[in-house]
Amino acid sequence: MTEDTKFHHGDASDAAPIVEMKNIEKHFGNIIALAGVSFDVKPGECHCLLGDNGAGKSTFIKTMSGVHKPTKGEILFEGKPLHFDTPRDAMEAGIATVFQDLAMIPLMSVTRNFFMGREPTKGKGLLKRFDVEQANDVCMEEMRKMGINLRGPDQAVGTLSGGERQTVAIARAVYFGAKILILDEPTSALGVRQTSNVLATIDRVRSQGVGVVFISHNVRHALAVGDRFTVLNRGKTLGTAKRGEITPEELQDLMAGGQEMAELEGSLGGTV
Amino acid sequence: MSQSAPVAADERVKSEPFLTKLMKRPELGAMAGVVLVVIFFALTADESMFTLAGIMNFMTPAAQLGILAIGAALLMIGGEFDLSIGSMVAFSGLFFGVCVVTWQLPLIAAIPMTFVFAAMVGAINGNIVIRSGLPSFIVTLAFLFILRGLSLVGLKMATGGSTQLRGVRDATENDWLGPFFSGEAFGSLFSWLAANGMIETFKSGAPKVPGIPVEILWFIVLALAATYVLLRTPAGNWIFASGGDKTAASNSGVPVSRVKVSLFMLTACCAALVAIITVMDAGSTDARRGFQKEFEAIIAAVIGGCLLTGGYGSAIGAFFGSIIFGMVVIGLTYTDFDQDWFQVFLGAMLLIAVLFNNAIRKRVTGER
Repeated sequence: MTEDTKFHHGDASDAAPIVEMKNIEKHFGNIIALAGVSFDVKPGECHCLLGDNGAGKSTFIKTMSGVHKPTKGEILFEGKPLHFDTPRDAMEAGIATVFQDLAMIPLMSVTRNFFMGREPTKGKGLLKRFDVEQANDVCMEEMRKMGINLRGPDQAVGTLSGGERQTVAIARAVYFGAKILILDEPTSALGVRQTSNVLATIDRVRSQGVGVVFISHNVRHALAVGDRFTVLNRGKTLGTAKRGEITPEELQDLMAGGQEMAELEGSLGGTV
Repeated sequence: MSQSAPVAADERVKSEPFLTKLMKRPELGAMAGVVLVVIFFALTADESMFTLAGIMNFMTPAAQLGILAIGAALLMIGGEFDLSIGSMVAFSGLFFGVCVVTWQLPLIAAIPMTFVFAAMVGAINGNIVIRSGLPSFIVTLAFLFILRGLSLVGLKMATGGSTQLRGVRDATENDWLGPFFSGEAFGSLFSWLAANGMIETFKSGAPKVPGIPVEILWFIVLALAATYVLLRTPAGNWIFASGGDKTAASNSGVPVSRVKVSLFMLTACCAALVAIITVMDAGSTDARRGFQKEFEAIIAAVIGGCLLTGGYGSAIGAFFGSIIFGMVVIGLTYTDFDQDWFQVFLGAMLLIAVLFNNAIRKRVTGER
């Protein structure tokens, strides 16, 4: 399973991490959502964050992207302690999040979606206007790099497949200077073919030196592109493993929290 | 920009025929509608309808409605409704009337004050909608009644009991700013054309059409400006995005609340412009001014291709939608038909437009 992928895999073990999260705790009232999670991302690697439903994956990435403030713990960005007050701060620092709903508007063209909120302009004063030609060129070029042939820059996003939309969202984040790209379950709603397209996109982005945080509860998808794997269970990190140090079965067991899974797997004939 | 290598075409994408491309323009329905209506009246109406005088005749109400419809269209694309624009015409008409008649202000002061006043009411509308999260339909329905009622009460207070405020003409007649908001423009050009026999004249030699009514010019300028903003400025992209999906838009850094409140203010200012023009034309203002104009404006915008759900539409569409409107209202008087067919026609037109728009939306988004 771990050997038969076509991706080259980043070898970034010696680089300094872009983001380092140390012993992050997050409490909502009397509920402890995160009870000491440590996680880091290095440039050019794909670090998978695995965990079952309710493990705290979403809370954790929301902390990382500035939506939540940690109750305890430290966030280091390029070695310096950092606080994000809003998601906008995190975005400007270079942490881009592609949420499941993608922030895409189906009725609008790919170009208009790509540059939404960050339109290139030309001219001055009253003549300052949306540089549509440049936007179209950039958009077509970026999409081509990601392996998507658009009919034209004015094609509506609604006509794209789920995987293609995911790719547009990723390309947009990378184009606007993301150093860290957080992907929240990008493959959960996709078919086989589209999933492999998205995984290939992750690989492409990684090779440009972007650190990718890939959240998933699908071990097979994670193992296909991941360089390192961190498993969350009940708000805690159960450890981080490098590629090749861990088998899919071990990962699966860690995610489910141990024994019960072994029993379940027996009864399902190892199909999970 | 580095020149990219030619992109290999996807073998599953057929090249689109011209007609299909045209189908995807939001304003297509309204353009087709204009053609159909012209054909209809060319066959049934008296031929004087399509003389210069006849055209000015139906373009004037079309323009008065169109100024409102363009504002309504932008607001609809931005994902909101304003049902209070008709009442807003009456209310800002009252304010303008009080400015020039009661307070004896010159137009240079009265007109900007009227716009600021209208914009403030629009901002109140918008802020209530944004902060409460209620549908704009309900909030502005409330304002439809509030503003209409305030116009009545205000008129009685200003006049001492009457629901009509007269004397606007006397107060504004000799104001240098007057020609921009009332009467006809390019009068000398039309006299020259008449003198040279290029347009129809009365026996006295005066042209039958003394000039282009100013509202038509405002209408055209506004349609062009709105189209430019929508298609060629970042603000236009924000309007589409805010109406398309406000969460997605604000996650991408679009100032959604600011966009929407500004659109409410713009719509109110369009109402104020119509109020100023029509009040100066009539020389008085009354409480029924702009009655039911909100529905007509929304209908014109929908005929022009705006989706009721927001995020899609065009100002040019609203432009043509309003022209259809004007042609039918006035055109029926040139025919043998009973004029009251107008309402039947209006409802039918709206229904067809909505069905058509729905089909177009599915086509654009690739829904099946």
